[in-house]
Amino acid sequence: MNTEILPPKTSDIENELSTIERAVQNEYKYGFVTDIEADEAPMGLSEEIVRFISAKKNEPVWMLEWRLKAYNQWLKMEEPKWANVKFPPINYQDIIYYSAPKQKIAPGSLDEIDPELRRTFEKLGISLDEQKRLTGVAVDAVIDSVSISTSFREQLGELGIIFCSMSEAIQDHPDLIKKYMSTVVPITDNYFSALNSAVFSDGSFCYIPKGVRCPMELSTYFRINAENTGQFERTLIVAEAGSYVSYLEGCTAPMRDENQLHAAVVELIAMDDAEIKYSTVQNWYPGDKNGKGGIYNFVTKRGICRGKNSKISWTQVETGSAITWKYPSVILKGDNSTGEFYSVAVTNNYQQADTGTKMQHLGKNTKSRIVSKGISAGFSNNSYRGLVHVSKNAVNARNYSQCDSLLLGDKCGAHTFPYIEVKNNTAVVEHEATTSKIGEDQIFYCNQRGIDTETAVALIINGFAKEVMNQLPMEFAVEAQKLLAISLEGSVG
Amino acid sequence: MNSIEYFKEHFDQLQLIDKQSGLESIRQRSFIELAEKGIPTVRNEEWKYTRISSLFNKEYDFPVDAVEVSENDLKAIRLPGHEEANELFFINGNFSPVYSNIRSADLITMPLEVAAKNEYSEIVKKHLGHSSHYLKDGINALNTAFVHGGVFIHVQKGKAPEHPVYIYNITDARSVNILAQPRSLVHISKNAQVQIVETYTTLGTSASFTNQVMEIIVEQDAMVEYYKIQNDASHASQVSTTHIRQVGKSFTHTVTISLNGDIVRNNLNVIMEADHCEAHLYGLYFQSGKTHVDNHTVVDNKSPHCLSNQLYKGILNDDATGVFNGKIFVRQVAQKTNAYQSNKNILLSEGATVNAKPQLEIFADDVKCSHGCTVGKLDEEGLFYLRSRGVSEKMARALLVQAFAVDVLEHIKPTAIRHYVDQIISQRLEFPIPLDEDLI
Repeated sequence: MNTEILPPKTSDIENELSTIERAVQNEYKYGFVTDIEADEAPMGLSEEIVRFISAKKNEPVWMLEWRLKAYNQWLKMEEPKWANVKFPPINYQDIIYYSAPKQKIAPGSLDEIDPELRRTFEKLGISLDEQKRLTGVAVDAVIDSVSISTSFREQLGELGIIFCSMSEAIQDHPDLIKKYMSTVVPITDNYFSALNSAVFSDGSFCYIPKGVRCPMELSTYFRINAENTGQFERTLIVAEAGSYVSYLEGCTAPMRDENQLHAAVVELIAMDDAEIKYSTVQNWYPGDKNGKGGIYNFVTKRGICRGKNSKISWTQVETGSAITWKYPSVILKGDNSTGEFYSVAVTNNYQQADTGTKMQHLGKNTKSRIVSKGISAGFSNNSYRGLVHVSKNAVNARNYSQCDSLLLGDKCGAHTFPYIEVKNNTAVVEHEATTSKIGEDQIFYCNQRGIDTETAVALIINGFAKEVMNQLPMEFAVEAQKLLAISLEGSVG
Repeated sequence: MNSIEYFKEHFDQLQLIDKQSGLESIRQRSFIELAEKGIPTVRNEEWKYTRISSLFNKEYDFPVDAVEVSENDLKAIRLPGHEEANELFFINGNFSPVYSNIRSADLITMPLEVAAKNEYSEIVKKHLGHSSHYLKDGINALNTAFVHGGVFIHVQKGKAPEHPVYIYNITDARSVNILAQPRSLVHISKNAQVQIVETYTTLGTSASFTNQVMEIIVEQDAMVEYYKIQNDASHASQVSTTHIRQVGKSFTHTVTISLNGDIVRNNLNVIMEADHCEAHLYGLYFQSGKTHVDNHTVVDNKSPHCLSNQLYKGILNDDATGVFNGKIFVRQVAQKTNAYQSNKNILLSEGATVNAKPQLEIFADDVKCSHGCTVGKLDEEGLFYLRSRGVSEKMARALLVQAFAVDVLEHIKPTAIRHYVDQIISQRLEFPIPLDEDLI
């Protein structure tokens, strides 16, 4: 029997190349603009603007003071330069910091909502009533900074769960906000978190009382709408002792020519035996195939396992944004606490992503797990930047990190910057990373069995990202696959 | 002393003393760079874990001449196998031909100042100072700003000296604080082959700081083995830069063994400038007390079809700190690169620290690159296995550590040097029987 394996024909390779090219050239499908009159602040940032935002939202005095403090700190800070991304300097005076749909909102009744907005959701495939009826997911949809609809609130309320917009929380639950906000990400943590603290317009607040297991996946959709509007969201999730919550965040943004800034802050707090699962699918507009436009996504996400046996798990699928600068982190303070980070980052055309995580081991017997998959195509650059820190008193800390990169084409780059700092000799820390392309033998194997190159590439990429995709809640997994497909269409089935 | 004025005084003196060597302009250029950049602080990413600026809070002598050392001193310093080796001596950073013994006719050595003027001037001109393209900090510029008393080593085309080259860096700090800045340029011609062993010794108890730069050029079909043995006094610090350019298809093999020293920083750069280059980088750091060792490696793949393999292992005891930063760059043209890197660390005590940053930067798609990094303590199961067979705990631990180290030690090819290092490690572990080949 002749067992000789023949190399793939040139035409096959060409075919594969064109598959990748097609992926690279694929257009952004979710680009459209919803035409609603917006209630905007004047362009630029000053103390007056901060006061304007605070007044617009009828905030109490302590909130205004808090914002002003952040603003004054921000003035003293400098934009960080260490990330492996390049972009022209941002003019912070060229941004509108507040923009709200003008229409008055009557929560609880979907019918009263502007039909334009409803259609926007329909295009995104997340029509509120559809979601409500079929999947049982409570959606707190945010369009341009103001929460327009909160559903399922009553149902959640019976269990004592608070799930509302940040502005409502400031009005209705000031004690909780005062107690928890900025305890995980201090106002002065970094340049963008300070900016967010000064001007954040809305976001979500979620509070799970002691011993309650949230019966449904909570989710929000963020969406940037009016032109030149930076969106500054703030999310705070508090899980009291013994509670559990799974939270979904997803974004798509309309096509724009000008770069838009998105600087969000997410804080998670898990008490004794509590668990928070936070999943993100990020698909902001990545810019066109020449690298023009696209969102700057500079996000600070951090969770703290404050109590014993608590767990925080981040899962992210990052396909969009011109520039991503995002490090969802976990501070493992409670004994026996666990932190997890699962990430798929796809960059295409001229996208740049610098993303990863930080695991700070402080308590005893703490565990962390990092799985990061980077896929680069076109002219893009994809960086993994992570820190695993085991402090002096973190006895028996355990970490496992894995970051794999896949390169599609020879014009893109993959970078790995893992930092490992161990100050305790009982710690066991492992890190491994690989970089490769899709093997010609793998493609050949598939072709041989009648699978065309396009499907084969899809199969392989799916397999490559599977470990992370499996972590997504089922309701999200479908959309995540769709988004992956949009970024690398032709490669993913 | 951190201020540039301090360096300026010494620099002006050197420029006055050494006017004719043809190295004034490169010194001048580097001095400007030094003035611009200054001594790096921990805010500099490359020096994040190593507080090198702390070494500059005292006054040093900048010796421009080699001093005399006694025969007795030399006896204690010489490495085993020296009777059959080519020996080169740097004393206080200055090449000292008086003590040097060149036993192989195929090996040409001369002061760098001489080489800069004779038939080798082209090579010197072309390659001296290339490391500054990769090490853009004040420390590297400091050495180049004071290039003086260096050595040029040349292995002739097609030759392979039968004896290894031993390079001794002696710092005589018996009376004053010394900043020694040895500099060497090694040129391995086409189809030539050489073994280099380098070691560092401080005499006396005053502050000793060695800031060394060695540049090695490896031509087509040449082979080089380079061994760095660092077992200096606990108060002696050093920044040791080895910059290897593989300008033709060639093979390099380096082993860095760091056993003692106050603050030890090694920069090992391997630049692959031709197709089909191969490089193996091994390192072992075994530190106790309050010592600090920092290994930075760079493998820059600038050509296709190259292979590199790195294995760095660390054993840290007491309050010692180990740092590893390995960078692999794969340029866009460097398709078919295979680059591997592995860093493994054992913490033996509560006070020990490891900071690791294995870094990959890849711009070509058809490559295979990987890195791994582990930190842990001695394997409990292994210990239990040995203990249950009547091996004392101390012996069991020593055996495990020794076994961990062997992965690197076995790559030391000159047997005399291998035995020498084995012995130091056995002593450190208070190993009852000296470990030798028969036992393994």
